[in-house]
Amino acid sequence: MDNLLDSWGLTVATFSPLVGALVMFLIPKEKEYEHKIIALITSLWVAFVGLMLLIWFDLDATEKLQYVVDKSWIDAIHSRYVVGLDGISLPLLLLTVLIVPLCIVYSWNHFPDPKNPKTFLILILVLETGMIGTFVAQDMVLFFVFFEVVLLPMFFMIAVWGGPNRKYASLKFFLYTLFGSALMLVSFLSLFFLTGAESFVFSEIADNVVANAVSRTAQLWIFGGMFLGFGIKVPMFPFHTWLPDAHTEAPTVGSVILAAVLLKLGTYGFVRIAIPLLPDAAVEWAPWIGLLAVIGIIYGAFCCLAQTDMKRLIAFSSVAHMGFVMLGISTLTDFGINAAIMGMVAHGLITGMLFFLAGSMKERYHTLEIKRLGGLLVQAPKMGWVLGFCAMASLGLPGLAGFWGEFPAILSAYNPANGLPVEIFRTFMVIAALGTVLAAGYLLWLLQRSAFGTPKEEFAEDPNIHDATKTEWVAWAPLLALILAIGIYPNLVFRATDAAVDASLTPCLTIDVDELTHEEIESVHCSEVYGLGNHDSDHHTASKG
Amino acid sequence: MIDLLAATTSSVTSIPLGITKEGNWFLQNAWLIPLIPALSFVGILFFGKRLPRGGSELGIAALLIVFLLSICTGFAWMDHRDNFHGEEISQTLISSEHGEHGEHGEHGEHGEHGEPSLAVVNTATWFITGGVEFSVGTLVDGPAVMMLFVVTLVSLLVHIYSTDYVAGDRRFTHFFAFLSLFSSSMLLLVISENTLQLLVSWELVGLCSFALIGHWWEEKDNSNAALKAFLTNRVGDMGLLIGVTILFFASGEMIPDSFGSFSIVTTNALASSGLLSHSTLLIAACCLMAAVMSKSGQFFLHTWLPDAMAGPTPVSALIHAATMVVAGVFMIARLYGVFFEGFSIGGSSINLMALIGGFTTLVGACLAFVQRDIKKVLAYSTISQLGYMVMALGVGAWTAAMFHLFTHAFFKACLFLGSGSVAHSVHSFDMKSDMGGLRKVMPQTFRTFIIGSIALAGLPPFAGFWSKDEILAGTGGWGILGGTNGNGSYTFMLIMGMITAALTAAYMTRCVYLTFFGEFRGHGHPHESGPRITIPLWILAVLAIFAGFLNLPKGFQLVPKSLQERFGHYVEPVAGYFPEIAHATPSWSLAIVSTIVVIAGISLAWNYYFVKVEKASKESGKSLTELPDGLTTRLTLARMGHTLLVNKYYLDHLYTGIITRAVKEPIAELAYRSNQEILDRTVDTFGRTAVKIGQLNYEKIDQNLVDGFVNASGRISSDSGEELRKIQSGKVQSYAAILFAAATILAGLLIVIV
Amino acid sequence: MLLNQFLILSAVLFSIGVYGVLTRRNGVMVLMSIELILNSVNINLVAFAAFREAIPGEVFALFVIAVAAAEVGVGLAMVLLLYRNRRNIDLAGIDSMKG
Repeated sequence: MDNLLDSWGLTVATFSPLVGALVMFLIPKEKEYEHKIIALITSLWVAFVGLMLLIWFDLDATEKLQYVVDKSWIDAIHSRYVVGLDGISLPLLLLTVLIVPLCIVYSWNHFPDPKNPKTFLILILVLETGMIGTFVAQDMVLFFVFFEVVLLPMFFMIAVWGGPNRKYASLKFFLYTLFGSALMLVSFLSLFFLTGAESFVFSEIADNVVANAVSRTAQLWIFGGMFLGFGIKVPMFPFHTWLPDAHTEAPTVGSVILAAVLLKLGTYGFVRIAIPLLPDAAVEWAPWIGLLAVIGIIYGAFCCLAQTDMKRLIAFSSVAHMGFVMLGISTLTDFGINAAIMGMVAHGLITGMLFFLAGSMKERYHTLEIKRLGGLLVQAPKMGWVLGFCAMASLGLPGLAGFWGEFPAILSAYNPANGLPVEIFRTFMVIAALGTVLAAGYLLWLLQRSAFGTPKEEFAEDPNIHDATKTEWVAWAPLLALILAIGIYPNLVFRATDAAVDASLTPCLTIDVDELTHEEIESVHCSEVYGLGNHDSDHHTASKG
Repeated sequence: MIDLLAATTSSVTSIPLGITKEGNWFLQNAWLIPLIPALSFVGILFFGKRLPRGGSELGIAALLIVFLLSICTGFAWMDHRDNFHGEEISQTLISSEHGEHGEHGEHGEHGEHGEPSLAVVNTATWFITGGVEFSVGTLVDGPAVMMLFVVTLVSLLVHIYSTDYVAGDRRFTHFFAFLSLFSSSMLLLVISENTLQLLVSWELVGLCSFALIGHWWEEKDNSNAALKAFLTNRVGDMGLLIGVTILFFASGEMIPDSFGSFSIVTTNALASSGLLSHSTLLIAACCLMAAVMSKSGQFFLHTWLPDAMAGPTPVSALIHAATMVVAGVFMIARLYGVFFEGFSIGGSSINLMALIGGFTTLVGACLAFVQRDIKKVLAYSTISQLGYMVMALGVGAWTAAMFHLFTHAFFKACLFLGSGSVAHSVHSFDMKSDMGGLRKVMPQTFRTFIIGSIALAGLPPFAGFWSKDEILAGTGGWGILGGTNGNGSYTFMLIMGMITAALTAAYMTRCVYLTFFGEFRGHGHPHESGPRITIPLWILAVLAIFAGFLNLPKGFQLVPKSLQERFGHYVEPVAGYFPEIAHATPSWSLAIVSTIVVIAGISLAWNYYFVKVEKASKESGKSLTELPDGLTTRLTLARMGHTLLVNKYYLDHLYTGIITRAVKEPIAELAYRSNQEILDRTVDTFGRTAVKIGQLNYEKIDQNLVDGFVNASGRISSDSGEELRKIQSGKVQSYAAILFAAATILAGLLIVIV
Repeated sequence: MLLNQFLILSAVLFSIGVYGVLTRRNGVMVLMSIELILNSVNINLVAFAAFREAIPGEVFALFVIAVAAAEVGVGLAMVLLLYRNRRNIDLAGIDSMKG
């Protein structure tokens, strides 16, 4: 078992959905039930593999890549098939394999128009392959391929099953992210050629960045390209405008996957590629990332306050929440990046859940215009409670998952990594703290307008408005339970990420402040420290195992 | 200990924390106390509706268990405090030049309380991030044990009371579920070992407050009040977040192998021993003060508290009088080292905390005069009394503040529950239009309300007298017949405290008159409430009478020495994590003067309401609602006072005509107005402006500018395509023409260039 | 040598051919004009081959003739099909490739 997992686990997890999709491709469209069953079984099988991967994962060595497979792939362009799993990818992988079956269960009986479950489910499975692949890829080209594989199914999902303005939204989503990816690819390639590395494997590139002393300017530019590519995906202010449109138009399940997993691809890219590979440039860029992050927090919150559509409001809240994640990343401390990963997981669970709710409400009311809603607690008390629960989780109430993404991010901004301007980051901290107030404002206001009060006249007698159904509960319960469980015991996530984040940050960024006197801290320039700490690159070679 | 601090040359120093890991079973296992109500919350939530009494029995059982546990913990602590001689834990520090400041930490003398009290700390790892271990745990010491007792007792009584009060409510079960959750979070708050845990439970109690204020969320007013409470608190919580962060890193600087620490004892010990820089502490204290202001209803973040009365009355008694609103006070008491050093409380005569507290106490008391709603009178009174506590902490009278918190919980809960009992029978909270003359029909409620009012007013020997007097003595501003030797000379605070004492007495007299005396002005037939309401009332009333004897002042000649200052002895920590504070000596002269002030307040109000208003309403045969409250009435009333001695008349005129009127009409009215018009409006405007900015931002910038860029780039490529498309005519010959033309041009270029 | 004369001849032929291709509306005429262009190229090739005494030019000319024959074959077939479908071979009317 152990060996089988070691050599095949990740590959099976990545490509099983694709196999399922192929099987479904061969079955005629009319056999809807078979399609649903195959899709569900496939996703459950993947979830099972994910669970196995978790169980056999060595949690005492999360900084090591595990289940590594290193095979030659496209020799012509020096790209290898290298996959591996460490503490940073593990939570996100698990999040993915959890969300997909829930989405399939949720859409069991209510596929959005124009029905066609076959294609819809095939797209979801292809998406899953792309998402899992991105999280386990350890080679730049492989990463890029998976990163792009995700785009197309999502594009079709929005363009075919979306709302009235779906063509505009889907095109915008596709083009915007593709634009970012193009720059990202350029960055990857220039990094490859500048370092003169033998392959595109992350660890190899990282070693070569150090060994071949890539010039500072080049590093800055390359980081800039990656910043755009990942930043658009996150999405960071001011590259976020595709998000509200895409979310508003996408079908419920599409929104859920988009919010829960797709946005994380961007932040994951920062944590996995941009920062470990180009630490010097990261230090230079960090204040700007932090600035955009806090602008995003405040800006997203204000936009939320102005929304009249519930789904759009939730979409904008993603901008604010991902701002917290990016703030944590921009501190370049393991503390902040841990917070960021926690924030990703929490946002995935909570916002995914909120989109599920929005979808269910849309199904009942046929509108999400906030001023027409009201009294959900009267007509569907359990759904109302779930909405209240999610709103509380989303505004960062301690004891629920959202808090552990927000508070540590704020905390880490007080003391960013060496070489970053402390005063500026402390200002960011205060602004971010203000963001928590605004978050409470828009979420509670939403709750008040949609759940409290008495139902509006037009819906008061509507028999269509009923409480959550069984399939909805099946899809929601795991998310709700996890939001609570992580909130009470955040170590569920931190346990996996802590050591991995610590190792992925370069020695430059992890020198212990306490060991240096004040003068030393001031005098030590980051790149020098990096040069000194160069020999300590165990984590780079780990993937070769 | 001093040696260790002074040893700056050695590489590692350490500081005694005043804690131990050993102790009685009850002290070690205090974590059970919040756990049990939490379980009952889950139980009620999932099974409550299926239980015969809708889950209330589960809540009451849980609270009964934790109440008994708290009592046992209390006795265990008393034993521990006196007889424990175990090992004390010290914190290793990074040696630095700071060590020279060690002269602060003269731990050799421990004041009058003698032996150090070692708090029992029990921790477990919560999570690890960034290589730092975050723990969760219990810190059981005097204040924690005291709060455990208060919270569990009041909560238990409120549970029992609620079974009658909210009987038949459509969300009966949810009500009890949230009461359980609240009790659990509040208990977690009081035994928090670190500031992170404090922050977590701090917000959780806020959540429960939100849910319970908005219990009847069908009406917009209620949900508005709930939102207001949550958001106002959230503003303060910003301060808490930042303050906690600052302290985390500040104490981390002193601890080897760690860049931060949330531990309350470590932070306090570092702060009290002067190892942290004063400016850091000042900033942290100011930030934390913001949290206190919102949670404990201090001026100018207090406006949510009166609105919070929209919730059911038992909730007001439990959350908005006895327990949650004192969380702010408790936090100051918990992190007293930080505040004491940050605000330089010792040896000063004014500081931010004392000023805020003093001002709040006055503002709250004035506002209580003009209310028609009995619960709002009590709400403003709560604000005023919370101001008292904060002021007490601000002047360094730590024990007095805690003692006042203790007594206030009982008499204020008693008053709130009494008002609920009244409202339960007349179906209204409006004193002027729906109450009056209830003393005959509701004798039990009347008696307990009177007891509570006297205790609040502070007449000896009721509980409020002892705690209030201790605060006044603690200001150290009393110079007559030998001072009281407080931490500084806060004369200004003493004056504010005195005025408030008089005002409190007066407005409670008014409230009692309007509710229980005169003619009944409401509708229907009010009746006494059932035993489930009156028994909790009587228990609280008895405590309101006798709780004051727990801390008879030192040197109180009427009782043996062993009965003096029991509360202070057991509650006030004498340990490394607590600053060295001076203890005021009680003063007979001060006690007498303050009592006179209270009596004066009562008699003035008595004179106005019980004599004049009563008479006027009888003569004119009108009920109170129609009595003009304006100038003329009071002038006529004043004219009737002519029969009194001239001297007395002038006094009467001074008090009734000028001072009382000035306070009653313009000042209080103004205060109330400014409260409603300016402060409240500002809060609203903030919200509205935020929405407006959001709208503007969204419509103008986001949709036009930012989004415009994106759309423009798309449009340009599509437009250019549209133009180029015309060239593609589909005719072979036109293509050929272009081909040849291009070839010709290229050939020409070739010739020219080559 | 008389290279210039050959070049002038081929240039004239080429121009006539281009003129024909661009102006004739009759498909057959266009094909014939293309033949003219190709033959002008052939003349060039042969002339230069003779001038430089190199064989490849002539070989190329032969190739061109062969290809031209094939092209005319295909071209005439297309014209024939066009005529069958549309009853005329007016090139101006054929613009179904229009974008």
